[in-house]
Amino acid sequence: MAIESEVVVVGGGLAGGFAALAAAREGADVRLLSYKQSTLAQASGLVDVLGYAPDSDGPAADPFEAIPLLPDEHPYRTVGVDGVREAMAVFDEVTDRYRGAHTDRNALLPTHGGTIKPTARYPAGAAAGVASDDRDALLVGFEALVDFDAPHAAAHLEAAGVPFDVSGATIAFPGDLTADAKVTRYAKLLDEDTPVETPTGATRRARGALASAVEPHLDGAERVGFPAVLGDDDPAAVRESLAAALGVPVFEVPMGPPSLPGLRLEDDLYAALDAAGVSMETGNPVVDYEPDGDGASEGRIASVSIDRNGASIPFAADQFVLATGGLVGKGIGSDRERVEEPVFDCHVPHATDRYEWFDTDVFGDHDFARFGLPTDGDLRPLDARGGAEFENLRAAGSVLGGYDFAAEKSGSGVSIATGHAAGAAAAEAVR
Amino acid sequence: MRGFDVTLVEQGNLTHGTTGRMHGLLHSGGRYAVSDQSSARECIEENRVLRDIASHCVEETGGLFVKRPEDDEEYFQEKLEGCETCGIPAEVLSGAEARAMEPHLAEAIDKAIWVPDGAVDPFRLVVANAASAVEHGARVETHSEVTDLLVDNGEIVGVEVEHASGPGLRVHGTEGGREEIRADHVVNATGAWAGQIGDMAGVDIEVRPSKGVMTIMNVRQVDTVINRCRPKGDADIVVPHETTAILGTTDEEVDDPEDYPEERWEVDMMIDTLSELIPALEDARTIRSFWGVRPLYEPPDVGSTDPTDITRDFFLLDHDDRDDLPGMTSIVGGKFTTYRMMAEQISDHVCDRFGVDAACRTADVPLPGSEDFSVLRDYMDEFGLQSPIGRRSVERLGSRADEVLDTDGPNPVVCNCEAVTRAEVQDAIEGSGSDLNAVRIRTRATMGNCQGGFCAHRLAGELEDRYDEPTVREAWDELLQERWTGQRHALWGQQLSQAMLNYALHATTQNRDRDPADAPESVDFAAFDAGPTEAAERPGAGDTGVATDGGRDGD
Repeated sequence: MAIESEVVVVGGGLAGGFAALAAAREGADVRLLSYKQSTLAQASGLVDVLGYAPDSDGPAADPFEAIPLLPDEHPYRTVGVDGVREAMAVFDEVTDRYRGAHTDRNALLPTHGGTIKPTARYPAGAAAGVASDDRDALLVGFEALVDFDAPHAAAHLEAAGVPFDVSGATIAFPGDLTADAKVTRYAKLLDEDTPVETPTGATRRARGALASAVEPHLDGAERVGFPAVLGDDDPAAVRESLAAALGVPVFEVPMGPPSLPGLRLEDDLYAALDAAGVSMETGNPVVDYEPDGDGASEGRIASVSIDRNGASIPFAADQFVLATGGLVGKGIGSDRERVEEPVFDCHVPHATDRYEWFDTDVFGDHDFARFGLPTDGDLRPLDARGGAEFENLRAAGSVLGGYDFAAEKSGSGVSIATGHAAGAAAAEAVR
Repeated sequence: MRGFDVTLVEQGNLTHGTTGRMHGLLHSGGRYAVSDQSSARECIEENRVLRDIASHCVEETGGLFVKRPEDDEEYFQEKLEGCETCGIPAEVLSGAEARAMEPHLAEAIDKAIWVPDGAVDPFRLVVANAASAVEHGARVETHSEVTDLLVDNGEIVGVEVEHASGPGLRVHGTEGGREEIRADHVVNATGAWAGQIGDMAGVDIEVRPSKGVMTIMNVRQVDTVINRCRPKGDADIVVPHETTAILGTTDEEVDDPEDYPEERWEVDMMIDTLSELIPALEDARTIRSFWGVRPLYEPPDVGSTDPTDITRDFFLLDHDDRDDLPGMTSIVGGKFTTYRMMAEQISDHVCDRFGVDAACRTADVPLPGSEDFSVLRDYMDEFGLQSPIGRRSVERLGSRADEVLDTDGPNPVVCNCEAVTRAEVQDAIEGSGSDLNAVRIRTRATMGNCQGGFCAHRLAGELEDRYDEPTVREAWDELLQERWTGQRHALWGQQLSQAMLNYALHATTQNRDRDPADAPESVDFAAFDAGPTEAAERPGAGDTGVATDGGRDGD
């Protein structure tokens, strides 16, 4: 006997999370099926809406103004500017530690390679680092942390013409960390403010020892940036201690995987899902589905099944949301011959010759970056003839096609906006 | 080593041409034991020499010639006899014995011949040769293309080169320039490019460049070189190489060694045909493909139509005797395994010309990295490295491990896929300038599963101590493009997912595709959010659950 829900969401990333949240808030009984850790750990934790307008070289100051300029097949055109605003309002409500909602404008944030990038929302921990703030900055890197070279990042920011002076210093992180310590080890030392041995042989608590190591490099800087390792459980307290000791604000520079800001965002999302009463089933992949036997003209899905140690366990629902991710999250798969959506075998438009899937330039116009499902105006995936694949299936997030989130810097925003819209529409359809 | 004052010029990085684009097979000679026995004899001889003088570049994998039921039994026997005739140790194994050695071999394989094939790292080997030359007083100029031969009174008296970035180590942004290098004798050892050099002095050198594809798998399906035991054909070899296995190859004559099609059918053929030997290849992940151009040479009177019929032997062309043009000798044809023997012959030739008596010692003197090589000590503890990383570092560095790994300060891993530490990267930068592709071939950094997705920016960061920011940025972008070029031939399945992840990491998190620092127009910073107001950003707010700025003021 299948486990029954009103709405089943397949996929536990931003899109699936916001779909489940929207449906639950509309009063639906929701179950979220999530296989692996979401790709949020791979992301910097910055929440982009739209960083670049089409056919424009520079970053877009206002993402909401740029959305109507996007091509028709773009998922933002399906949900509309109001849909994006509505979803971002929910995001702002459930993620207290994010900033940027005070304005429609994008912020320019320094990232770990020293490039600045436009983004709509940023963690509070990164707020003092925005590049339009003209306070002089010091960036601090740690000798053994190869992902962030502070002097290089500082010089790179100056090359971009930032309106402040910025310098970089590399210091030894106090404490006996191995050369290959994970970012979580740094975070834990700071979270727990563990006593560590300083270079002079004295024993001090980690936060104070770190501040002392940074102090000689301050040289009039009005803010200090660190790689994003400043605490996992209580990053605000870590920043506050460092800021108090240094006498200037402290910020984190977003980094690549494994990304603590990305993991913190995932924590916030799961807390919100919990609070909204969403049931979760994690750790097993959805491998198959059962069509509804009613013989309606448009097909319906009766249930999906997960594979739990070889046993097939069905989850039945009235409405389904597919939010399994794109090529990275494996919501879109491929072999030498074709590109496919593995759970429902929804239609994925693509050239038959795989040599047409990419551009020869590393940052060229790649078809593969836009691989995904086309949908109707209600986010229902369309088959090759343009009809809905299933009457009760909607799709959200990077499983959708028709946009290149990496080039336009829109990944989180599309996931949040389409997730929210798909979840709300699913709940609506249940009633 | 024999007393000459020598300058080596190379148009790109060391190994830029064919050498860096080979399958990594150290031939036992078994492949030529039937069709080309003189090449086979040279191969086994040099195979033994290289195990000795370049042990840190060679992995003694052994090789198998495997036979499927449809492959000719008579040829199998000829192969066995050929090995015996050429002095190549060979041993017949049953299908079951072969599968016990290599469990992924197809059930259908009915027997095999074991031979002492090996795997060799061409990058490490060439860098060691160049380092040895420098130790002996040679000047080595990379990224220095020969633009002309200097001819005076009917004699070649030197070359004109174009330095991409000034003489010495390559540094991006350094102004290049032309240089005339005068020499008593010019050696043309440019392989598939030998004809182009000859053209500069109006002499015909009939190289017959032939392309071949190599497809790299992300893991080693086999630890032994697997050859198919049949007369000749495409897609008949798998060579284990470091963390990967390399499938090869095709053999198609091309007109221009720098401009030829890299075709889908070639990659498909590697996978489809070699799956007959190792079925697991069918669904395995490939990380990239690359093509090399064989520098085949055939005396003009032979006239082979099929490139697979052209000999793998090498030829010394004395242009004085041949073309009445003294001052230059070309060495053409041949193959990687016999590179040292080719060098010995041409050196003998030059010595003979100048009346130098010193004997060649390259077959006996170990290369840097293989001197007094014993890895019995516990390098891992000594250098504070985790054991698998320490082991791989020491394998790569050989006898140079002490010199390279003994550094002040922490020595974190920079490239996780290939376990390359900062010390190795810094050593490579010292040897090759700001060129991260040169660092790559010296260390293997970015050559694993992720193809630089997670470490390209780290390598850029490692340049920071010595080079300014624009130089670092240019080197970084050049590395990203180089890594992309080979991956394009592997874009399906898991590697397409990896490619999308890399693209997302680089374009999204690092905004490498639209870096404002690269843009001609500066950004109007004042048009963007300058951060929440002080009041909204009370210390401690936010992470503690107090919403302070959920409102929207519409700016």
